[in-house]
Amino acid sequence: MDEEAAKTLIVETLKKKKGKTKFYLKDFYKWLPDEKNRAVKNLVNKMVREEILEYWSSGSTTLIGLKGVGKQAAAEEGDDD
Amino acid sequence: MELKHKTPMLDQLETGPWPSFVSDLKREAESRKTNPNGIDFQCPAEMPEDLLGVVELSYEHGRTHWKHGGIVGVFGYGGGVIGRYCDQPEMFPAVAHFHTLRINQPSSKFYTTEYLEQLMDLCERRGSGITNMHGSTGDIVFLGSHTPQLEEIFWELTHNINQDLGGSGGNLRTPSCCLSGARCEFACIDTQHICHTFTNEYQDELHRPAFPYKFKFKFDGCPNCCVASLARSDLAFIGTWRDDIRIDQEAVKAYVGGELKPNAGAHKDRDWGAFDIQKEVIDLCPTECMGWDGSKLSIDTKNCTRCMHCINTMPRALRVGQDTGVSLLCGAKAPILDGAQMGSLLVPFIKCEDPYDELKEIIEGLWDWWMEEGKNRERIGELMKRQGFQRALEAIGLKAVPQHVKEPRSNPYVFWKEEEVPGGWKRDINEFRKYHQR
Repeated sequence: MDEEAAKTLIVETLKKKKGKTKFYLKDFYKWLPDEKNRAVKNLVNKMVREEILEYWSSGSTTLIGLKGVGKQAAAEEGDDD
Repeated sequence: MELKHKTPMLDQLETGPWPSFVSDLKREAESRKTNPNGIDFQCPAEMPEDLLGVVELSYEHGRTHWKHGGIVGVFGYGGGVIGRYCDQPEMFPAVAHFHTLRINQPSSKFYTTEYLEQLMDLCERRGSGITNMHGSTGDIVFLGSHTPQLEEIFWELTHNINQDLGGSGGNLRTPSCCLSGARCEFACIDTQHICHTFTNEYQDELHRPAFPYKFKFKFDGCPNCCVASLARSDLAFIGTWRDDIRIDQEAVKAYVGGELKPNAGAHKDRDWGAFDIQKEVIDLCPTECMGWDGSKLSIDTKNCTRCMHCINTMPRALRVGQDTGVSLLCGAKAPILDGAQMGSLLVPFIKCEDPYDELKEIIEGLWDWWMEEGKNRERIGELMKRQGFQRALEAIGLKAVPQHVKEPRSNPYVFWKEEEVPGGWKRDINEFRKYHQR
């Protein structure tokens, strides 16, 4: 899958999700089963740099979601899970 | 000086004989209130005062008033900043945000006074002025800053102080190492060099989430394990050697004769009696590989496990070997799931020389396996326990040696894999019947 198609798939998949807005990196691997994990990781990180996605970190764990969607700065882990 | 909040419970903590963090916070609160150096504070000067207030309230209520986590961070980085917010912001506005910054410490934590002053100046000006030198992983920790200051601190760190953020979240955590050859004669490897090299090599893994959970490297120069890599890191690099321990027989006699103090005089404050080499060294060797005939010390290297006890006891007489490298131990962790685990010996000996290509292959093999098979929030040690040590060996392409086996197996069945059986699971039944009747 080319990069643009993979990006679109990630964004569409995230938009379709009900309830949860932040996901583990491993969830992104499942959405792109034909890609190597390392390639998906690099793509996700690139999408963060492009401000399409954003990280959410509890300090011990990192979750990733669409920028501006769901819990924001002062929310606690589990608030919308 | 009268502070903003009454803190009777915290004041009680100051009455003990030990140094008190409460006294330190009060001192910092007073310093920021009077501001004798005219610092242009970018975060509220009352941060230490409000911190004392919120801690007192937590003691009073018996529950925390912090919530942690969030989208704070610096652009492009997935780690290094841990968001922290107070759930009583009206009562304690100065600590409504109290984010933690983890900053990569220099290898072995060697500092110049000038460098420390630069760090403290930055923390005072753009943060609460409160630091933790150092956090459990080894980072320089700036405790408490507000969101708008994070990018500013990062810019100053990287441009003026030549330092980077450390790791947090599902990233490689800030690698740390012992003092190594800088201060220690036992060092078998240059831990500072390998720590610095791997910190640079794995920048992406350090700053951007790549893993199911945290991953820690620690580098110890010898099996004395001063940074406790064996217990505190997912992959421990422990300096070791594979030739003989170097013995100076004259110095051994000097220890036996009392001219040299055992353990470099560490126990000299109490009279433990004359040094008894048989009782204190030979009989304490865990593999019983040492002998003393009254005039000569011998060591059977093949059976030595490099525990360092004899070397620590008689450092003037015994020295580590010269053919040095590292042992790699994998899977240590603290007790979140399944209890605490020490590292398991994965690679008994491997040379450790710049550019460390063989070591990188092992690291990346383990990471690929863990990224593929690890569950969310599963440490590599837990994956190793779940799938078996054999899988970890396969991930790095290493065959098991007897030392990898903890005990003889109790399961009488042998499970072969298809690739281990000639012809696999498929066979030509007609060919088989030529030799075996039905």
